[in-house]
Amino acid sequence: MKQEISTNQHLERQPKLNKKKKISKDKLMAIAFLAPSFILIVIFVYGFIGWTGWVSVSNWNTLVPDFSFAGLKNYIYLFNDYRFQADLRNTVFFTILFIGLVIIMGLGLSTLIDQKLKGESFFRNIFLFPMALSFVVTGVVWQWLLNPSTGFNQFLQVFGIQPKWYTDTNILAGFEWGSIEFGLPVAIIAVVIAAVWQMTGFSLAMYLAGLRGIPEELREAARIDGASEFQIYRKVILPILTPITVSVVIIMAHISLKIFDLIYAMTGSGANFVTDVPGVYMFETTFRGNYYANGSAIAIIMLLLVAIFIVPYLITSRKGDN
Amino acid sequence: MKKLLSFLLLVVMVVALAACNSDTSSDQETSPDDSNDTPDTSEQEAEGTSDEGNDEGGLVEIFSWWTGAGEEDGLLALIDLFEQEHPDITVDNAAVSGGAGTNAKAVLATRMQGDDPPSTFQVHGGDELNEGWVAAGKMQPITSFFEEQEWMDKFPEDLIDMVSKDGEIYSVPVNIHRGNVIFYNMEVFEEHNIEVPTTFDEFFEVADQLQQAGVTPLALGDKESWTATQIFENILLGVLGPDDYDALFSGDIPFDDDRVVEAVELFEQTINYVNEDHASRNWQDAAQLVANGDAAMLNMGDWAKGYFSNDLDLATNEDFGYFPYPETDGNFMVITDTFGLPDGIDNEDDVKDFLAVLGSVEGQDTFNPLKGSIPARVDADPANYDEYGQDTMEDFTNSRLAPSLAHGSAAPEGYLTKVNQAVNIFVTQQDTDNFINTLVNAAADLQ
Repeated sequence: MKQEISTNQHLERQPKLNKKKKISKDKLMAIAFLAPSFILIVIFVYGFIGWTGWVSVSNWNTLVPDFSFAGLKNYIYLFNDYRFQADLRNTVFFTILFIGLVIIMGLGLSTLIDQKLKGESFFRNIFLFPMALSFVVTGVVWQWLLNPSTGFNQFLQVFGIQPKWYTDTNILAGFEWGSIEFGLPVAIIAVVIAAVWQMTGFSLAMYLAGLRGIPEELREAARIDGASEFQIYRKVILPILTPITVSVVIIMAHISLKIFDLIYAMTGSGANFVTDVPGVYMFETTFRGNYYANGSAIAIIMLLLVAIFIVPYLITSRKGDN
Repeated sequence: MKKLLSFLLLVVMVVALAACNSDTSSDQETSPDDSNDTPDTSEQEAEGTSDEGNDEGGLVEIFSWWTGAGEEDGLLALIDLFEQEHPDITVDNAAVSGGAGTNAKAVLATRMQGDDPPSTFQVHGGDELNEGWVAAGKMQPITSFFEEQEWMDKFPEDLIDMVSKDGEIYSVPVNIHRGNVIFYNMEVFEEHNIEVPTTFDEFFEVADQLQQAGVTPLALGDKESWTATQIFENILLGVLGPDDYDALFSGDIPFDDDRVVEAVELFEQTINYVNEDHASRNWQDAAQLVANGDAAMLNMGDWAKGYFSNDLDLATNEDFGYFPYPETDGNFMVITDTFGLPDGIDNEDDVKDFLAVLGSVEGQDTFNPLKGSIPARVDADPANYDEYGQDTMEDFTNSRLAPSLAHGSAAPEGYLTKVNQAVNIFVTQQDTDNFINTLVNAAADLQ
């Protein structure tokens, strides 16, 4: 901020000829500082995305690189592949359940914590703590908690219920779609529980910050207008929190679409691929099966999936800037 | 302008620092290790050291996935032996952890693609070596080295075939594991008065009997599906016999052959006798079921024997017994770890020194008793091995050897990946036609 102000003053005082020189020097500095990271990102991020895209339309499906052009062969193979269809199904249901629950839990808990109760920071830390763990740790812990022969089931035995958790191979409300049964895989619920447990703290923190940013005057004004507490919540607070919800959705979406470590540590692909996701498939097919082109195609499809969420966000935020 | 200059200076300094850094690190690598300890596995980052081979006191980087109990001890003992015989050569133990080499293979593939091969690396004999690295032109033949060492008659012929392609030998087998074994809880067998089954019919009778008594007949942990693939390959071997089993993978017998269908049906029947939570267990968890007596039998490669006796403290032939997979007696499903000579390394002589130790009787008898495997050589001393090892060594010399599918010896990794996927689906869906179809389609990868 300070700099901006000082340059503005500069601009006003300097005659026109000098102004041109000053700007070019500033620009030069800016370019000099940006250039290294810009070049690195162009090569190591966008360059390799391009490279992956190129491999994904090649015939490189053994240890020996083969860059002959294969067209969309690898993509066609994937979309006909039982495992990949199952992966897409799992990703859809995982993403919906995960984002939905993280938002609901985060909003609910932050509203409760915002009631100015005693020991607020204690509860806040409790809920935030799981976020400090890595997904691998979460995966290992929940693998045992939700293992059908140990963990929760030992306790649930008292009530005579024995859910099979992530080993359940049933698909709820399934119908034939391609070669798979499309519906909610019961096993994915176990993974969702673990992921929500870990990431709720994040949305809680976001919403809490948002709630703290709402001035008391707004609520007062609504109360004076005769709004009930529920109406205030519904008509005043939630609309103000919309940008936060958008951020939470974007961040959670890119986590859930690219998820790998949690699944890998907790359930693996699962019987009949009920808990498999594109990330795990990509790793296994590329580095175990040496299907480099197929693996690259999966990577590109994952990139496009994330882009569905990110691109509209980037466009709207650019509009906001203008 | 001043700012710009200072910035440029900064850039120059950073570059210079980076250059210095790489200098010092390569200095460290060539200087002999001060601490006389066995090489630290945490120093795995010290890669790309093979360039320094021409210096006095060469360096051999040994790449493996032997980080578990037993196998790591074996490797370290082997390295000790080598360093005693060749004090001028330093060994860099570049082991990457992860069961069955899942992580190590990914790291290896990346390094090989980047033309930065380790001095020598662990690879299963069979197609993983021959159709993988040899076909990719990344290995050097060592036939003359074998002749120099007079090894041609020290390893079984079938085994030498497994590490050869087009008449040239490409690697030195160090150990042998057997895949077609069933381990069983002796107490459970005694309690229910059960004889060891030798045919598929007897096996299913026994399984029925156990199930009625409330014991899980067969323990399975297929969180990683190769464990189920292992059962399938044993049934395939039992139904087809060793010759036709080989013919199946060389493409002379199609995968929709009647006998393959029969094997799939037997496989289906078998997996109906496994524990319900198989998908949440790995093979060690499954072995525990047998150890506790909750399940009676476990089909697993005989590294499970090491798990039973070392980790679970069970006594061979008292607590647990073993028998060949039904109808595969006289055959030996081989899983062999081998080390070869990669192309593009410049410390060939040092690596050959290491391979010479690896293939010697002394080397094999140092490594294998600790690892819990048997030596690949036929002239090793049985006195160094326990009861199970001696039994297996005898079987090894008297049996027909068959390459394991589940461990990448019978077929290339690409085919194995697809078979594992098909097995994973089959275990749940039990759709024979679908399974056979997938096998036939994937067989296109076998050429």
